[in-house]
Amino acid sequence: MLAKLGLDGHDRGLKVVARILRDAGMEVIYLGLRQTAETIIEAVEQEDADVVGISMHNAGHLTLAPLIVQALEDRGLGRVPVVIGGIIPDEDRDALDQVGISAVLGPGASATEVVEIIRGAVVIDESGY
Amino acid sequence: MEDGGVTLSGIPVDPVYGGSPLPGEFPYTRGIHSRMYRDRHWTMRMFAGFGTAGDTNARFKELLRAGGTGLSTAFDMPTLMGRDSDHPLSLGEVGRAGVAIDTVEDMADLFADINLADVTTSMTINGPAAIILAMYVVVAEETGVDRGSLAGTLQNDILKEYQAQKEYLFPPRPSVRLVTDTIRFTTSEMPRWNPISVSGYHIREAGSTAAQELAFTLANGFAYVEAATAAGLSVDAFAPRLSFFFNSHSDFFEEIGKFRAARRIWARWMRDEYGACEERSLRMRFHTQTAGVSLTAQQPEVNIARVALQALAGVLGGTQSLHTDAYDEALALPSEDAARIALRTQQVIAHETGVTEVADPLGGSAYVEWITDELERRAEAIFARLIEVGEGSILEGVLAGIENGWFMGEIADSAYRFERAVNAGERIVVGVNAFTEGDDKRQGELLRISQDTEDLQCKRLDEVRLSRSDAEVQSALKRVAADAVRPEINLMPALLGAVKVRASVGEIVDVLESVFGTYLEPTVV
Repeated sequence: MLAKLGLDGHDRGLKVVARILRDAGMEVIYLGLRQTAETIIEAVEQEDADVVGISMHNAGHLTLAPLIVQALEDRGLGRVPVVIGGIIPDEDRDALDQVGISAVLGPGASATEVVEIIRGAVVIDESGY
Repeated sequence: MEDGGVTLSGIPVDPVYGGSPLPGEFPYTRGIHSRMYRDRHWTMRMFAGFGTAGDTNARFKELLRAGGTGLSTAFDMPTLMGRDSDHPLSLGEVGRAGVAIDTVEDMADLFADINLADVTTSMTINGPAAIILAMYVVVAEETGVDRGSLAGTLQNDILKEYQAQKEYLFPPRPSVRLVTDTIRFTTSEMPRWNPISVSGYHIREAGSTAAQELAFTLANGFAYVEAATAAGLSVDAFAPRLSFFFNSHSDFFEEIGKFRAARRIWARWMRDEYGACEERSLRMRFHTQTAGVSLTAQQPEVNIARVALQALAGVLGGTQSLHTDAYDEALALPSEDAARIALRTQQVIAHETGVTEVADPLGGSAYVEWITDELERRAEAIFARLIEVGEGSILEGVLAGIENGWFMGEIADSAYRFERAVNAGERIVVGVNAFTEGDDKRQGELLRISQDTEDLQCKRLDEVRLSRSDAEVQSALKRVAADAVRPEINLMPALLGAVKVRASVGEIVDVLESVFGTYLEPTVV
């Protein structure tokens, strides 16, 4: 499930990721722009999504990422991994890891990395780690 | 700058070489002035904005001290999207992508100690553009500057928002009405102001090709011409103040051809299709920004080279004003040092390379002339398609292409093709899929906006709300609603009235939304 959280409309990367994942044989639910924690959680529940990918280019990730993770947990969906993509400085990766973000796809990530990271996030979840 | 240009070695050079059309001659392929930069350099207009108005005011002053010759304002996402800093959707976003502006008090702080009669200011805002322009005017008047002497540009190009940048608020038609209201207003009251900057930059950043950037931008320009004439303006009254904004991307000669083709197409169409007679209506003026999307997080100092080459393409393409990106673009907003290097890059081009001595120095190059022609051909094919879809009207064709997602699909297809080429190694991006030694070097000091900014800004907004007259605000907002309901009324006076009594961006947008509605774009991946 792919979404952009908040007001930012830069969706070029998210659309490219959607096609990459479809090409790799995954079922992609593209929620698109202007999603909130609520709309994302609703959709995750309804669609029984295995992984959520959120695109962020607006430097709000340290504030907003923990909210998504918390919202999923509150709804009993804590098993669903969250991957963040976009403009994420290296120095923030640890902080995101600590609040429960499964992986980060930064600028320049290749298509191969995208597929591996998304697949890897789901596998980690199923094995219970 | 004295006449009689000479090379570094002292060889005298003429202001122009080669044949017609000469620079300054219809259709202006070679430039809109006969001597171009020999008489006056392009404006070094560095885009800036972050944190509170006070923070950005300081950065404005630094840039002016460092030699910047025009101001350009970046607003944060809440402001761009017409939300106040304390709106639930603004959480985590205040001051992060640009400066936070909630009321005219913030606008006053933004330009503190800057005489608005002495500078030209560009403001990059679209959905709430008319409101922001109203704030600028009120600040000017409250500091003793007459609105008629204000010079600058409002981006105010809503069509490309639906196609690319996605900072729209209301549905397309009422949004176009807001654009024509501002054009009508500035045409009669702010003759030195460009009410619109028809933009290709964002279309290109979203993934389009050069030909698509050219064609979609000019089509949007023609659409606005149709809308403004339908709103009762004569083309020569407003066309001289239409301005444009292009990307300067990595393929050097393709970009130069694109700029030249843009001028030629605009001049011909304005004269032959839209009946413009004034020379100033036919001369396309544009701002250029180097391609942010081409810059890498890997080995970021290499971006300095990319930006220099892209800036040079803009200059050789005849731009009127230029923003050069900072090398930390892929990681954060520009740090002070990175912004300074970007400005110095322009200064090196302007003062050391000699390219300013001769207008359109590449004119006559077999390749450059061919690629200019080819881009024009490709653009014309797209215009033809839009006219067909719009049954004779480019405005209708553009609106249809927005509503059925055609533009978004074309752009997404181009973006995907590019990614495939990079992934396959067919297209090399230095530091990303080749020449990666050096990638693991630690990222330098990045500009960080703390969450404190949001708290400060919300406090400021509360203070303004407490100090203003609720009755005046309510009355002013009622007038905005009443005028919005009637499309023949120009909304600018009501907006001026509302911002003057310290109504906020969010409050005004809420009222407009209640009349115009909101917009849900078709999902196109």
